[in-house]
Amino acid sequence: MASARSGSPERPGKVPAGTAGDEARADPPGAPRGPARRARGGVARFLLRRALMSAAVLAAVSAVVFAATEALPGDPAQAILGRSASPQALAALRRQLRLNRPVLQQYWDWIAGLLHGQLGMSLAAQEPVTRLLADRLVNSGFLVLVAAAFSIPLSVALGCYAAWRRDRAFDHGSSIVLLVLAGLPEFVVGVLAVVLLATTVLHVLPAVSYLAPGQRPWSDPSALALPVATLVIAVAPYVARVMRASMVEVMESDYVEMARLKGLPERTVLLRHALPNALGPVFQVIALNLAYLAGGIVVVEYVFAYPGVGSALQAAVLAHDLPVVQVLAMLIAGVYVAANLAADVATILVTPRMRGQL
Amino acid sequence: MSAHPGHGGQGGHPGPAVIVTGLRVEMAHGGGDIVDEVSFSIAPGEVLGLAGESGSGKTTVGLALLGHARRGARVTGGSVRVGAIDVLSLTDRELREVRGRIISYVPQDPAAALNPALRVGTQLREVLRAHRACASAREASERIVEMLREVALPAEPAFIRRYPHELSGGQQQRIALAMAFACRPRLVVLDEPTTGLDVTTQAHVLATVRKLAASHQVAALYISHDLAVIAGLAQRLAVMYAGRIVEVGAAAELLAAAAHPYTRRLVAAIPRLTGQEPLTGIPGRAPAPGDRPPGCAFAPRCELAAAECRTAMPALAVVGAAHLARCPRAAAGGAVTTGPAASRMAGLAAPAGTAPVLSAERIRAGYRDVTIVKGVSLAIARGECLALVGESGSGKTTFARAIAGLHPPASGRVLLDGQPLAATARRRPAEARRRMQYVFQNPYGSLNPRRTVRQIVGQPLRVLGGGTRQAADRRVAEVLEQVSLPPAIARCYPDQLSGGERQRVAIARALVSAPAVLICDEVTSALDVSVQAAIVELLTRLRADLGLAILFITHNLPLVGSIADRVAVMAHGQVIEVGATRTVLRHPSAPYTRQLIASAPALGPAGRAIPAWPGRGQPPAPAP
Repeated sequence: MASARSGSPERPGKVPAGTAGDEARADPPGAPRGPARRARGGVARFLLRRALMSAAVLAAVSAVVFAATEALPGDPAQAILGRSASPQALAALRRQLRLNRPVLQQYWDWIAGLLHGQLGMSLAAQEPVTRLLADRLVNSGFLVLVAAAFSIPLSVALGCYAAWRRDRAFDHGSSIVLLVLAGLPEFVVGVLAVVLLATTVLHVLPAVSYLAPGQRPWSDPSALALPVATLVIAVAPYVARVMRASMVEVMESDYVEMARLKGLPERTVLLRHALPNALGPVFQVIALNLAYLAGGIVVVEYVFAYPGVGSALQAAVLAHDLPVVQVLAMLIAGVYVAANLAADVATILVTPRMRGQL
Repeated sequence: MSAHPGHGGQGGHPGPAVIVTGLRVEMAHGGGDIVDEVSFSIAPGEVLGLAGESGSGKTTVGLALLGHARRGARVTGGSVRVGAIDVLSLTDRELREVRGRIISYVPQDPAAALNPALRVGTQLREVLRAHRACASAREASERIVEMLREVALPAEPAFIRRYPHELSGGQQQRIALAMAFACRPRLVVLDEPTTGLDVTTQAHVLATVRKLAASHQVAALYISHDLAVIAGLAQRLAVMYAGRIVEVGAAAELLAAAAHPYTRRLVAAIPRLTGQEPLTGIPGRAPAPGDRPPGCAFAPRCELAAAECRTAMPALAVVGAAHLARCPRAAAGGAVTTGPAASRMAGLAAPAGTAPVLSAERIRAGYRDVTIVKGVSLAIARGECLALVGESGSGKTTFARAIAGLHPPASGRVLLDGQPLAATARRRPAEARRRMQYVFQNPYGSLNPRRTVRQIVGQPLRVLGGGTRQAADRRVAEVLEQVSLPPAIARCYPDQLSGGERQRVAIARALVSAPAVLICDEVTSALDVSVQAAIVELLTRLRADLGLAILFITHNLPLVGSIADRVAVMAHGQVIEVGATRTVLRHPSAPYTRQLIASAPALGPAGRAIPAWPGRGQPPAPAP
């Protein structure tokens, strides 16, 4: 992209573009060149390849999760029931966990169950994991989606505006504020938000976001306000800073200068010429942060007592509820993989040059 | 909008289309001027060439004509009048109206200046739309087709839907030209639009510029560091040095009888097609903005400089009909001293019948499914300079990399002193690697920015082993002297050096291990013409002093006459002509070589411009 420029108005090093190691680039005027035609098939093949890679990643994760929870040396039944458990109870639990079968057989059964949607029984609640987690999945998913829906446009807009006003007051001010916010762990942000808005200083929002069983999160928007705000503050600074850096680089590029010298309105220059090119690297950061949300939500849900997968995971770990822990670990891994896949696809959609190289 | 700058001087206005007076651009945060006292005018349909080395401020002037200054610069004085419009007094909004419609810009590097995320059709259409040049979308589409025809591009829908990276460099530059001429502007600023293009492509683009400017009566400012390119295109020529115009006049007169010492040296630095003439570079380096001496900025490098030159900036004075020069001693004349290079070159003919120091036999090389080099055999004798000439895509760099062991060939073999070498440099003995050294094209990329010059130049000694640190430092100092760099430069980092100095450092690094063969891959193509001349001078001297054999790879045919004993012309992965330089340049046998020579912008023997008409046809098709 834009090469680093020293302050001097004429750039040093006019490297002839046509001779910089591009032996395959002759210039017969009018001769058609290939990549345009190959592009569509290339994208489909790329998607297939990435989907297969994602599946492989998930398979590897499943092995690690399984090994960490069940196959490690020691007796999971003993660990779950404690030292004082009776031999009968231990035997019953071993049967239920199928611990008496070979490890590979156990793993295979578990994977087959996952693939068929049979996630097993929760040990603590004695009900199918599916039923136990269904509501909580909806709750957490909604929380993450709302947080993403606020944080992504907000941070992209913030980053763009700061880049556009580069070295002005807004740029410097926002840069300091974002840096401070990025430095705060989310539980500090959450507690601060509770102190400021839900208790002593101003009491306008509920301090806990408790949902009655069966109640949907969207039925009470005020309960969501603080968890969403905390997640937005946890994520937006990173994305905004990367967005600004990417946008600053693009604004220095020859094609943005050219767009201005063509007499295009500033809005067109920013939105059509600069933004799509600046978004590529930002997608990757958004994906990482969305994936981080899927894990980071544990803390936030705990702080606000929000009944989502985060608090379920925390409870399941405390209760040694292996089937639930396994399912949730796979779920979070799945979100990571899916978010990164989505980012790669989005990057390719805004970067025509990459489509030809797939 | 009150001012509608479009309808200024309409009708048969006889005066100039553009008048620039006293233009001054400063660095934004103090630190002095980048350009000052720049005044010129251009008539409708006229092309004014603006020449100068990098850092002379020519791009700054070009952008100021569009009311634009890059980050860190500010237009602080003077006026730019295009018709009735005073460009420098316009508001941002009025400027947007003017840019692209009345004054347009053709960028130096179209690969970077076209938006990679937008189809070329979109980028053409938005100029028309922004300036409401077409009443309807259909009219705009018809106009785009017309524009593409004017610049000799295919006007098919499939082509219009392509992205910039799907076009070749020449096609990209034509798109930029089409964009610039789309709204029938009064003034077009062309900023080195052919730098980086092959000679034939360059000739096509130049012919297109000439045709468009003439047929639409557009005034054009053509910026270039290459006087030979300007010579074939511009009616008048202005030469810039250190932010001032030092000479302006009719192009032919200025090239044949330059008045300013700087212009004379610049002309002497241009390679000629007419044969083995020595090139002379300009000693010293151009001062950077903010670091310019009082008085005439060229005085420290000028052999005619008098005491008065160092105290007061000379004014532009008339030296001929419409010919001005900023030098009080302009009339004093005096030929440029060409130095002893001429005699050296004459005595350099390679001894006939000697065994080659390096030979390549039937080299084939390529990438996965493409063969780029299709069986090339060449040999170089001790002390000989063989030039390998070809356009980009001809396979010359791949061939050189195969010889150097950087790109293992599919078949064929390389012999050094008659001994066959392994395909990869890694598997060659240290002695063989020491005897063959490679100098890369881009001195901005080939030097590690975190190492000092001493570390960079000394690196091969450490790798190849042997000797103490003191011995290594002595050797580095010795080599720096051979490439005419001051010893103090050993402590500098590459970013403190100019392009020419960097390339000397790269050459010093190659020389430090006392090689027998030097492979120079387009070593001058990223450099200004005057710096190129100095590098060629240096290489010629090194051949004489050290008996080096040089494989000199270039796309610049005129340059070959100044350096090489023999020339091999490459196209489509094959050598299509090889022979003594004089013979090949004067009596080329292959039609493709003739076309290359016809396309090369060059000055004739008396400094007269040979117009660069496009050669007909294409490089010969590859043999099946």
